Amino acid sequence: MEATSHMAFIVAAYAAAGAVVGGLTAWVMLDYRVQLGRLADLEKRGFARRSASAASAPPAERAREKS
Amino acid sequence: MAVIDLANPTRFLQFANRAIPWLGGVTVVVFAFAINQAMVAPDDYQQGATVKIMFLHVPGAWLGMLAWGLMTIAALGTLVWRHPLADVTAKAAAPIGAAFTLMCLVTGSLWGRPMWGTYWVWDARLTSELILFLLYLGVIALWRTVEDPSRAARAVAILTLVGAIDLPIIKFSVDWWNTLHQPASVFRLAAPTIDPSILIPLLIMTAAFTLLFATLLLAAMRNEILRRRVRALRLMQASAVS
Repeated sequence: MEATSHMAFIVAAYAAAGAVVGGLTAWVMLDYRVQLGRLADLEKRGFARRSASAASAPPAERAREKS
Repeated sequence: MAVIDLANPTRFLQFANRAIPWLGGVTVVVFAFAINQAMVAPDDYQQGATVKIMFLHVPGAWLGMLAWGLMTIAALGTLVWRHPLADVTAKAAAPIGAAFTLMCLVTGSLWGRPMWGTYWVWDARLTSELILFLLYLGVIALWRTVEDPSRAARAVAILTLVGAIDLPIIKFSVDWWNTLHQPASVFRLAAPTIDPSILIPLLIMTAAFTLLFATLLLAAMRNEILRRRVRALRLMQASAVS
């Protein structure tokens, strides 16, 4: 079996794995930004968790801190 | 911070915020080393260079089953202890497990075509792995169908426990039935049957993918906790308006 004749399958497998890993990572990172944005939006409208309201920092900021 | 403290969503969030950048950094370094090791690994005497597809296929299979195993433990946490982090874990793990199972199926097909002469056969190992992927899709659909997360969690937990039957079937299918898929060569009671020159890069690549899985799971759990906070605040907003 010639390795070169199988190269297309190897490249396709690594491309597929790259797409899965890249897509998954991008989805998780994007989702994080979306949730922080929604929390910040709610906070602007005056809605915050009771524990967050008691603290000085707003919830979106506290969720983002140390990240 | 004691491990038991992480059972509190707020403390878990603080832990995740600190751990994710470090875990992500370690994952990138181990991945760079693993890819280098995979590329310099020798060709197999039978498979030739196609053995390099195994460096993706085996971690995909391992993580697809690991994720469902975690979801099974989480399902018990949901049904027995009704712990909020249990269903957060189950919901976060489902799409990640589905993605790695898909990676296993696709890379397996791409290996099968040059080695077996076909992309797919309905043998027990391949079919039980496909069933695992379909179970993942079912769980994801169920999470999206039921709006209340705690009600969805109970339904998903039952489906997850039923689906766990597929895990030993996948593992032992190659022993119980006559399959085209080869028997276990890494995870077996006796020593692995793979030469160290290929086994070591395979294990390093598996470690890299497992680190990636851990990073993505922590990040997805953090997202899910934030999503539930958003939902709670929106309900508060709706009740204030009405």
